[in-house]
Amino acid sequence: MYVLSAIVSLTLLGLVLGLLLGIAGKYLKVESSPIVDELEALLPGSQCGQCGFPGCRPAAEALAEGNAPATMCPPGGSALAEQIAVLLGLDLDLSDVKEPELLVARVSEATCTGCTRCFKVCPTDAIVGAPKQIHAVVADACIACKKCVEVCPTECLQMHPIEVTLRNWRWAKPLNVPVQPMGTGSNAVC
Amino acid sequence: MLSLFKKPRFRGGVHAEEHKTATAALPIASDFPLPKKLYIPLQQHVGKPAEPVIMVGEKVLKGQLLAYSQGLISAPVHAPSSGIIVDVNDYPAPHPSALPIRTIVLETDGKDEWMATQVIDDPFQLNPEEISFRVGAAGIVGLGGAAFPTAVKLNMGRENHVDTLIINGSECEPYLCCDDRLMQERAGDIIDGVRLMLHGMETEQAVVAIEDNKPQAYLAMLAAAEPYAQINVIQIPTRYPMGWDRQLIRYVTGKEVPVGCRSSEVGVTIHNVGTAYAVHKAIRLGQPLLGRVVTVAGGAVKRPMNVEVPFGTLISELFDFCEVDKEQTARIIMGGPMMGDSLPHTGLPTVKATSGILALTKSELKNTEEQPCIRCAGCVSVCPAGLRPLDMANNIRINQLDAAVDLGLKDCISCGCCSYICPSNIPLVQFFKYASGEVIARQQAQHKSEQTKRLIDARNARMERIAQQQREDELARIAAKAERERLKAEQEALV
Repeated sequence: MYVLSAIVSLTLLGLVLGLLLGIAGKYLKVESSPIVDELEALLPGSQCGQCGFPGCRPAAEALAEGNAPATMCPPGGSALAEQIAVLLGLDLDLSDVKEPELLVARVSEATCTGCTRCFKVCPTDAIVGAPKQIHAVVADACIACKKCVEVCPTECLQMHPIEVTLRNWRWAKPLNVPVQPMGTGSNAVC
Repeated sequence: MLSLFKKPRFRGGVHAEEHKTATAALPIASDFPLPKKLYIPLQQHVGKPAEPVIMVGEKVLKGQLLAYSQGLISAPVHAPSSGIIVDVNDYPAPHPSALPIRTIVLETDGKDEWMATQVIDDPFQLNPEEISFRVGAAGIVGLGGAAFPTAVKLNMGRENHVDTLIINGSECEPYLCCDDRLMQERAGDIIDGVRLMLHGMETEQAVVAIEDNKPQAYLAMLAAAEPYAQINVIQIPTRYPMGWDRQLIRYVTGKEVPVGCRSSEVGVTIHNVGTAYAVHKAIRLGQPLLGRVVTVAGGAVKRPMNVEVPFGTLISELFDFCEVDKEQTARIIMGGPMMGDSLPHTGLPTVKATSGILALTKSELKNTEEQPCIRCAGCVSVCPAGLRPLDMANNIRINQLDAAVDLGLKDCISCGCCSYICPSNIPLVQFFKYASGEVIARQQAQHKSEQTKRLIDARNARMERIAQQQREDELARIAAKAERERLKAEQEALV
């Protein structure tokens, strides 16, 4: 008798809990991993594909699953790698990360035919112009995705490094000299 | 017993070798020959560059306005001598990079002919607003090295009802003694400038703080300030960086300026002695700021001196006058050796912020061979801002700048005490200068990436709208066609 009541009550409990879980699974469903959303918000969003993934969303998914290193995004540089590492709780040595060289597209007025192909592909509307008029690039809005360079029939669009002026000049990092890891020698003193 | 619990009146700092004896005893040289050409940069101050009002080929008189100030924080530029404008173009700036800056080139005619100046009999009858207006129009900026427009500071002082004006006569950088000589030789004029500043800010009292390694300057200023009860001349201990505004305010008034606040918010404004002298000349004599006393010193200088030069004088001419040995010069520095900027060559002009030009020999430079940290904490005890330089540098070394910012990177004033004291020659302040620039660059990059997202979203929304419009047009077209066919069918049926 005891055995029967135990079987019945546990079966009932299992059914009820299973039902509850089923309902919760349906109504409280997580559409996508929140960490992926957060990662995607950090990434540049230009879908440039330089990381080897088809876009920023797949890259964020790979990051969340641990299939890609925090330093995977070349345009983001070490600033982005640091943010990703903080979000994912990774320990990161960034001393080897190369800062991306900043580029900007420029139209050569001599060869531009005003074909309008470039400003149709520009994801940030950084190119202005009209049919059969020479186009121009708004340097502040250019994200150096090089899409315009690919479609330009006369090769008049080229990437140039951003000019260094007194306004954007910065001190260089002191030469990197290997230094003893922290904590190796300090125990003797304390 | 109570004094044990009192806060120390200054924190950190170093006492570097002074190297001031070579020039401190010599009077200010005023026989510098007028250069044939003056290269006058349009931005010699903090804020927006000035905008030229002259044309190439125009003849100008000494003191004439060359470029007006644009924007709230800016300063005009005047002709340091009479002559002809020969060029307005990009020339190398007196900056570690020597990158181009917009510059007016003035070919002097040797006459040094003044324009008509306005002399005021009693400037204390003028409105305080009028004083700061005239100071602004004379192109006066902070001559201690920060080059912040003085008129803006006077206005801020008046609007914040500042109760104390501190006149900074500490000149704590080694080698420099242009302020020392100025105080010894022109104490009366400086005190007059202080009184005018007090009037311009509507402030009651002023404290002139002079380091105790300048006893003669102290005595001269004390004598000049005697008739005026509102001006107090005090001696302060010699310790670098005493001239840092927050350190000086803390020592003189005991008040600590909170992080992110301006000194006027605690009721104090600070000006340099050279600025007070320039205010005297601008208000009493109507003369704009055209030149300054510059200390030329260092081991490679055969005739070290303090010399009064017009702005735009090339450093090479200054070095010729002071007989600098080019062979021995290992480094050229504008400003003091602790905070000054090293310059790549001498073809650069002197500007409003140039307090000194140093030509240092190899033996005067620090050994830069870096060795591992020995955990002596010397950098922590000398840091006037109360930071932990070594921890910050370790974070910056592995590019973890956010961690360095959390440790107070933004409060670093780049005074160089940590690098000076470090027995292992770790380039600490160099790391902080790099990181500060990098933090700004990252902020700009962050701003740009937000901007980019907005642009991409706007473009996507527009594309969506266009596609929607096209779909609707297509539907309308299909509907119209169906309607037409229906009508046609009806007509055919009627026929």
